This record gives sequence, structure tokens and C-alpha cells, in this order.
Amino acid sequence: MSTIPIFADESWRLPSRGRVGMLCLIIGESAIFTIFVVAYVYYIGRSTYGPTPQILELPVFNTVCLLSSSVTIMLAEHAIKHGAVRRFAAWWGLTMLLGVEFLLGTASEWRKLIFEDHLTIRTNLFGTTFYSLVGLHATHVIVGLVMLSLVMIFTLLGRVEQRHAERIQVLSLYWHFVDAVWVVVFTVVYIVGR
Amino acid sequence: MADQTLPIPVSLDATPSRGAALLEWLHSWVITVDHKKLGILYIVYAVFFLLVAGAEAMTIRIQLAVPNNHFLSPELFNEFFTMHGTTMVFLVGMTIIFGIGNYLVPLMIGARDMAFPRLNAFSFWLSAFGGLFLYFSFIGGFGLYGMGSAPDVTWWAYAPLTAKAFSPGHNTDYWALSLIVMGFGTLGAAINILATAFSMRCRGMTLLRMPLFVWLMVVTSGLTLITITPLTAAQLMLIIDRYLGGHFFDAQAGGAPIVWMHFFWIFGHPEVYVLILPAFGIASEVIPVFSRKAIFGYPAMVAASIGIAFVSTTVWAHHMFTVGMTSAGNAFFTLSTMMVGIPTGIKIFNWIATMWGGKIRFATPMLFCTAFLFQFLCAGLTGIMLSVAPWNWQLHNSYFVIAHFHYTLTGSFLFCMFAAFYYWYPKATGRMLSEKLGKWHFWLFFFGFHLTFDTMHFVGMLGMPRSIYTYGPDRGWSTLNFWISVGGLIQAVAVLIFAWNLIDSYLHGREAGNDPWDAWTLEWSTPSPPPAYNFAEDPVVRSRRPLWDIKHPQDPDWKYER
Repeated sequence: MSTIPIFADESWRLPSRGRVGMLCLIIGESAIFTIFVVAYVYYIGRSTYGPTPQILELPVFNTVCLLSSSVTIMLAEHAIKHGAVRRFAAWWGLTMLLGVEFLLGTASEWRKLIFEDHLTIRTNLFGTTFYSLVGLHATHVIVGLVMLSLVMIFTLLGRVEQRHAERIQVLSLYWHFVDAVWVVVFTVVYIVGR
Repeated sequence: MADQTLPIPVSLDATPSRGAALLEWLHSWVITVDHKKLGILYIVYAVFFLLVAGAEAMTIRIQLAVPNNHFLSPELFNEFFTMHGTTMVFLVGMTIIFGIGNYLVPLMIGARDMAFPRLNAFSFWLSAFGGLFLYFSFIGGFGLYGMGSAPDVTWWAYAPLTAKAFSPGHNTDYWALSLIVMGFGTLGAAINILATAFSMRCRGMTLLRMPLFVWLMVVTSGLTLITITPLTAAQLMLIIDRYLGGHFFDAQAGGAPIVWMHFFWIFGHPEVYVLILPAFGIASEVIPVFSRKAIFGYPAMVAASIGIAFVSTTVWAHHMFTVGMTSAGNAFFTLSTMMVGIPTGIKIFNWIATMWGGKIRFATPMLFCTAFLFQFLCAGLTGIMLSVAPWNWQLHNSYFVIAHFHYTLTGSFLFCMFAAFYYWYPKATGRMLSEKLGKWHFWLFFFGFHLTFDTMHFVGMLGMPRSIYTYGPDRGWSTLNFWISVGGLIQAVAVLIFAWNLIDSYLHGREAGNDPWDAWTLEWSTPSPPPAYNFAEDPVVRSRRPLWDIKHPQDPDWKYER
């Protein structure tokens, strides 16, 4: 019995704490989004007055941009893993550009809704649920962009090296999550709810 | 960079003045990222608010002791029971479990600190300022009755009572915003506990060798991730309604107040399991040590804990039977609520089996845990009664419900927290709590608890609704209410003895040594109090009771465990 090794030193591997922490945050955030999505779905068609979801237009270009930013950030992760800092900076910058484009697209969509269709968050129940759900997602994009730009600043200062690959992967998990949530929001708001 | 910012002692050759030394000492607590210091901060904070919320409960009881009393005005009564509930759940319950968890989880798994020490400090200060913000409303809150209004919308804050029309001013916003802030603090603490337990274990500490307290903290933190966040989401909706003119809970615009009820109880019911699961963990540490036996059925205990967490997320609408749901909804939530009885029953049997045939020492921690077993069983039985929808229609929002959940939160949760204090206080301070005062504390609290909350079941069945500020003498509730208040007073005396014991034993208590209880988990291998680095050498573990293996090299546990 005692000859069986209870453990071998080299086999004592634990999951990375950053990854575990980020996954836990994502689980918690998913619960927040779930509550907002449930509220949106429950309230579809229950507005007693005012504009309806028919005024929405499919934000196809926006969606393509945000989803492809998941691909570019993966390419950036891949680059830093192999120590190619310049390639990393390029893909990382492109990811940020795509994120900024998404926000600009949302801004112009909201501008049209507010000034042409006269739909604000207080107009009716649809306005409340629409702006809060899409706005919650946009807030997450903004937070993601702030963190992405911190990494960008450090990259431009020459502080990011191959050994930071794992931290960058942890941060990318968050960005992938923000993209995945958009798939749900897009489906619920622009396809099911329209 | 870190080297340059290390605090340099004020002076090496001359002793600094008392004031400067005190300031330095306070400063060290404010800037600390050490899990033990943060754990103590959490616990001190929780004990302080336990006294505050206890004082609120006492004024409520004085008001209700005799019929037609005018000790409190109706407005103040509403504020006090709202603040009593909110404080006890968020400022006492949540902070004390994460305080004890913070202190013990790294020590128990042989780690030197939490996974994210700075996040840990951030989480504590978020919780702390959230609590202070809530209490500032007593001075700065403007409500229906003018300046100095604390929140008065009950701790479940049903819509439309929280709508701007019915809650003018901003005392309701104090409630919502402080809970959002504390919610983020709790989320950070939960993430930290999970990452610590999964990624910081010492060599040989496999998941199935972790002490049960760590397991229960893991389950509770996992449950927190999906429990606190729905509350945060619902509070955000409430804030959108109140500040931005939204319509989430505005029935005139098509919104539905019932949605708030669902969202609140999706948080609210798992929340009581978030509180009670660490209490189970404490009982699972204390009972084996004081029965001199290894825990009975360790894998079953782990499985039952996870089972409770899963089932607890499907039971929330048993708070809403009287709202009017479909028969299918009633049947589902009745059955799912009863299902909770299965894993909790497994746990109770396992604790009893641990005690069975053991050489039981009835020190104060064990006294509290034994009373916990009995009281938790009673709380579970009234819980099953209340889960039956027709029975619930009769008794919902009566004092029977109050009695039921105080049996779980006082009789079970708080009793286990007291056990934890008596058990781990020697580790944290190096001194034993006085057993004599401990026995007084236990018996007074036990007696007062039963006088108050046993009686409350009957006054509830006689039809007394909750949240009323007074009642007429012709209702037949007067005598029972008087004895409930007397019991409350006895509990207050017991808690004051406890608070005195904490202070007095810190100054004059008997030296504890490393391992005063002859226990088996890793924290007892360190000096008391443990040094900042916890373990001089990273420990290596081969079984669930590493200290047993060291103390009994001829007969170690790892021979028997798989």
C-alpha cells in the first residue's frame, strides 16, 4: 500500500488562478444578463402605448464587426504566445478598432431611435427594456475596451512580452464572453422580439 | 518598485509616541492585503453590526411587548424592521461567512494567501463602505417623513411600494445602491474563495481531501455567483425606474410588480442557503473534533452540499404561493422545496452518525453545534410545513414564517457562527475564550432563543401578521408577545456576555498554544496567531486529516482512504 506514490511532485498541477477567477466572473455576469434577457422576453408586446420593436433595424454590420473581433483577439493571443509582439500589437489594435466601431454603430442606432422615432428609456416599457439590455451590453464593451487599451498602452511602452501570454488569454476570455452575450442579445432583441 | 514603497519604521532608536504608534497600527489595518487581517476586519465589522441590528430587534420587541404600545412611532418601526432584516442578511450574515472563510480557507488548504490578495482587500472595503452608506441614511436619507429617514420598504422591497410615487425622496435609493455596492464586494469575495480553493492548494491536497469547511465555502461561493448577481440586476432595474423614469415595475405602462417578486426571490431563497452552507461547514469541522471521530460519510457530505446548492435555485416561488400562481406552479415549487429535505437529511444523519459512539467533549463549540442539530431539524420541519401550498396560504406573512426563518438563521446559522468563534478564536488571537462565560452565553442564548421563537410559532398560528407595529388587546396575542420580548431580552444579555468575552479573553484569556482542541486540519499546525506567511514550509498532505497522520504515525489515515 505504502509503495503506491500518493502523489508525484511533477504531477501536482493546479488550474491557473486567473482563468478560474475570470470564469467565475463570467458565470456571475451571465446571471446578470440572464435576468435582463428574461425581463426583455417577458415584456415583449406588453407595452401599453408608444413605439414597438418593429422600428428596429438589423445591425448586421455591427454584429459582423463584433464577432470578428473575437477572431482577431484569438490571433493576437496566438501571436503573443509565440513572442511576436509587433504582430500581437497589430491584431490587438484591430480588435480595439472593431470594438470602437461597434460602439459607434450602437450610437448611431440610438441617435436614430431617439431623434427620429422618439423612443427614449422613459417613453414606454419597450424603451426601458431595450435600452437597458442593449446598454448593459454596451457598458460591458466599454469596460472591455478600457482594459484592452491598458494592455495596448503597455504594449506601446514595450512592457508586454511573451511571459504575459497567460494574462492576455485571461483578459481575452472576457472579450469572448462579451461577444457571446451579443449573440444572445441580438437573437432576443432583433430576431425573436421584432 | 515594491521595495521602495515598504513602510519604513518611524524611528529605530527612539520609541515613537503612543499616538504615532496607534496611527501606524491603524494604518497597517487599512492598507493590509493579508487574508487573516482582512478576515478579522470582516468579522469585527459583522460583530459590530450584529450588535446594531440586535439593538434594532430589541426596540422592535419592546414596541410589541404590550398591546397598543407607543414606544416607537409607526414610521420608525418600519425603518427598524427594514434595517434589521437588511443588516442581518447583508452586513452580518454575508460579511461573517466571508470573514471566517477568508481567515480559514488558505490556512486549511495549506496556502500562504488568497488567490487575489488585492481583490480581497477591495471586496472588503466595498462591503464596508456599502454598509456605512446604508446607515448614513439615518442621518442623510430623505424620505416620505422628511429628513433622517432610513429605508422603510421592508427588506424584500416589493414593487410598487418602491416606486417614486410611494417612496418619494431617496431613502429607498440608499437601500438599492448600498446593496449594489455590497453585491460587487460579495462577488469579488466569492471569486477569490473559488480561485483560492481550486488553484492554491498545497501538494497532496486533492479536492476530495479538502476539509469540509473549505468544500462548503466553495459551494457557497459558487452559489453566490449566481445568486447575488440577479439581485444586482433587479436593483439596477429599480434604479432605472426611479432615476431614469423606466417602467420595469410600473403596471400602468405594462410592467409587472410580480417580476420584481420573482427576481428578488431568485436571489432571496438561494441566499439563505448561501448563509447556512458555511454553517454546515463549521458543524462538519467542530462535531468530528469534539466527538473524537473522523466525519462520517465525507463523500456523501460533499455530494449533499452540491445537491442542496442545485435544488435551492429552483425553489424561490415558495415565497409567492399567496400571490396566486397556477396549480402547476404551486405543485412544482411545493415538490422542489420538499426535495431540499433529502440532501439536508443526509447531512443531519451524517452528523449524528459522527457523534454516535464518539467520545464527546461538551466544550462550548460542541454545545452550540449540538443545539444547532436539534434546531436545524425543527427549522427544516416547519420549512416542509410551509412548502405545502394550502398550509402556506393560511400562514404566509404571519409570525409562523418569522419563527421558521429565525429558527434557520438564528437557531442554525448564528449558533454555528458562535461555535466557530469559540473554536477558532484561540487560533486567531492566541488566547482561549473563557469557558465559564461561554457556558453562560450558551445557556442564556439557548433558553432565550427557545422562549422567543418557539412562542412565535403559536402567535403566528393565532393569526398575528408580520410587519405590524402594534395590535389591540382583544386579539389574544398579548401574553405570548410579552414572553417573546422577554426571550429577546435574555438573548441580548447573552450576546453582551459574548461581546464581553471577546474583549476580556483577548486581554486576559488563557494562552492557547498551537492546537488547543487536539484537532486535525492544517490551520492547527501553525502558531496562534499564525505568522503573516502562514506556513514556514509548504505543507504536504496525504489524507483528509493531515495532523492526525503526524500525531499517529503508526496508524495514519492515508492507509484507509483511497
